[in-house]
Amino acid sequence: MLLSRVAERVYWQARYLERAENMARLLHVFSALQLDLPKGTKLGWQSLIQITGHGTYFSTKYKQENERNVVKFLLSEKNGISLVDMLVSARENARTTREIMPTEAFELINGLYHFARDHAEKGLHRAERNNILEQIVSRAQQIGGLLSGSMSRDEAYSFVRLGRSLERADMTTRIIDVDAQKLMPQLEVQGAEPEAREPYDNILWMNVLRSSSAYQMYRQHVQERVNGADVAKFLLQDEQFPRSAAHNLTTLTKVLAKLPNSGKVTWQVNKTRRLVRDADLHGLMQRGLLEHLDQVQQEIGKVHYKIADTWFLPSK
Amino acid sequence: MRVNWKTYNPRPFFDEIISSPGYARKPAKKLASYLRSLTHEELLQKKTAAELAIKAMGISFTVYSDAGNIDREWPMDIIPRLIAGSEWDQTSKGLRQRLAALNCFINDIYNQQKILKDKVVPAELILNSGNFRKQCLGMKPRYEVWAHICGTDLIKGESGQFYVLEDNLRVPSGVSYMVENRRVTKRTFPELFADNYSIRPVADYPAELLDMLVSLSPRQVKHPEVVVLTPGVFNSAYFEHSYLAQRMGAELVEGGDLIVENDKVYMRTIAGLSQVDVIYRRIDDLFLDPLAFRKDSVLGVPGLFNAWKKGNVALANAPGAGVADDKIIYTYVPKIIKYYLDQDPILPNVPSYLCIDKLQRQHVLENLDKLVVKPANESGGYGMLIGPQASRKELAEFRRRIKADPRNYMAQPLISLSTVPILGDRMVEPRHVDLRPFVLQGEESYVTPGGLTRVAMVKGSYVVNSSQGGGSKDTWVVDNA
Repeated sequence: MLLSRVAERVYWQARYLERAENMARLLHVFSALQLDLPKGTKLGWQSLIQITGHGTYFSTKYKQENERNVVKFLLSEKNGISLVDMLVSARENARTTREIMPTEAFELINGLYHFARDHAEKGLHRAERNNILEQIVSRAQQIGGLLSGSMSRDEAYSFVRLGRSLERADMTTRIIDVDAQKLMPQLEVQGAEPEAREPYDNILWMNVLRSSSAYQMYRQHVQERVNGADVAKFLLQDEQFPRSAAHNLTTLTKVLAKLPNSGKVTWQVNKTRRLVRDADLHGLMQRGLLEHLDQVQQEIGKVHYKIADTWFLPSK
Repeated sequence: MRVNWKTYNPRPFFDEIISSPGYARKPAKKLASYLRSLTHEELLQKKTAAELAIKAMGISFTVYSDAGNIDREWPMDIIPRLIAGSEWDQTSKGLRQRLAALNCFINDIYNQQKILKDKVVPAELILNSGNFRKQCLGMKPRYEVWAHICGTDLIKGESGQFYVLEDNLRVPSGVSYMVENRRVTKRTFPELFADNYSIRPVADYPAELLDMLVSLSPRQVKHPEVVVLTPGVFNSAYFEHSYLAQRMGAELVEGGDLIVENDKVYMRTIAGLSQVDVIYRRIDDLFLDPLAFRKDSVLGVPGLFNAWKKGNVALANAPGAGVADDKIIYTYVPKIIKYYLDQDPILPNVPSYLCIDKLQRQHVLENLDKLVVKPANESGGYGMLIGPQASRKELAEFRRRIKADPRNYMAQPLISLSTVPILGDRMVEPRHVDLRPFVLQGEESYVTPGGLTRVAMVKGSYVVNSSQGGGSKDTWVVDNA
């Protein structure tokens, strides 16, 4: 039976790895997006900082929320938040669970960490950045593939899935939250007429989809053209799409069914699921989306605490 | 860079590969000519490939330093060391004999103490030893074996014969590097395996270890719960703890994962408490259980010692086993072998002088600049004096220490360690080596083919400890070469 301490480390390793991948995706999409915007439009780089929830910390270190500072803060800096530091944490958790994970898993995570560390500085330059971020995403996916192709469906794998699914659900809601609420006004300030703004709105929502690798699937499964309400609905409520909040919450219930003493956690996940499922997004789009997303994030946070209470070693 | 054996001069030392410039010893002939055939680019490429493999495989060890603990890549030289199969078979017999006798000795010390009553070993040496645990008196572990895992340090002197330098019966480390070094060499020199040499495999060590540990289980169940107890991720040997747990399919636990209830040991799992049968502990005796030993230990498990004494859990190695790896007791091992087994020792000790004996002490004090002085129970090469390389101040300091506490010191002539070539930056050069084979004893016994070869990477140095800049080599026991 899996040790509580090991369960905790496996869970965090999966969360950090997923978070690093998401961060790479976000930086990648944002960097591409700015090429599509009209000249003179300022891209809201600060919204990337807000996704992480570390705006205050950022402002103690930097005066300007410009591309260079934001990318540095999120990609390479030693601050416990950057992509490289997430990989440090993922690697450390992987290093301390080597006895139960496939040998190659540590080797790949270790390789990804070395790659990111060695290339992060170069990633500050636009020319190199895309290539580096793409490689990070692809290596992170390779690790996910390795785990799913080589780990028995035992308790350790369950904790990998718990960490990964919870992180995905969390990240997806953060992306919608920030992009929907913060990017739009940012463009409005530029003073464009509503009609002139429209193509850029579309681009922004496409950006939201792309940062979750969801553009193509949205196109195939949603008949509507890209628009805010439908994108948010797709990313929150679509059961089929693997990065949507609904899909990941459902995955959690399936994983939990196989774990011992999972009652309280399952209860909390189901509560969160109902909240996500029953929301009227077209209505919320007009009013209240921000509050709704905040509430969802709080419930997701509670899922984590229930997991820790139930299975991890009590903190000393 | 090309390998040129004609300019390789190991003299005045015994080199295990090259007997004199241009001439390879018999088992090493194919290796020597193969290395000579490599171009500069090939050599460089192989060296880099090995370094990359070590990095990619995450083979590391931890160095304690003022700037915090650093996880460093394991230093390995790519040229393997060769030992002929026939020589090894004899050495291996000697190692088993030695561990069998040492286990008889430990069991006797904690029970009848016949050897003390017969005055073969002076009682005061044992009872005053820092490694004697009076709490263990009266205990009889399964098979009467206390030291289940032993790392015996061997050296070769000018004659090329193996001597035993010390027995490590507490928590010897290094075996994972032995296994990993082989993995790296297979990647680096695939062409030398099978086609050219029959090399005895080392990869099955974790399986042998698991079999031995399972044989210790007090509960007779099909799959006893075996765990590896580590002080944690900051320990210098953490890589190895994790490695062995992984290869055995055992749980790697820290003190906080275990709890004792009703003198039984349990681990905390996601499904609640689960009973533990065998603990391969990589924590020193004194930190095992704050109730039995050091009260300030946060690494240990309260109540663990009692659970062991009641026979509800097996500990490998048993607490108290270190009483036999004291460097003073070492000098008695030939007598111990004779006493319990009525055999002559197959492997010789390095001749030693005991400072507690008046005449021997006088000899030591008069010849301090020619001798190596060792304290009774330090490890890792710490607290030693190498007379010929010491300053006058150091010599005076040791003279003072020996007089103040003669029980704590022994001295040996400086053995000129044998050499093996390493691939330096520009050429092959001789460097001093030792060898740590690992011996297991449970229901049956087992010796690793070869062991971990440690190399003093600095020219002329005898210090092979990785914590002090030493490196390592893959060690091949080869048949019919």
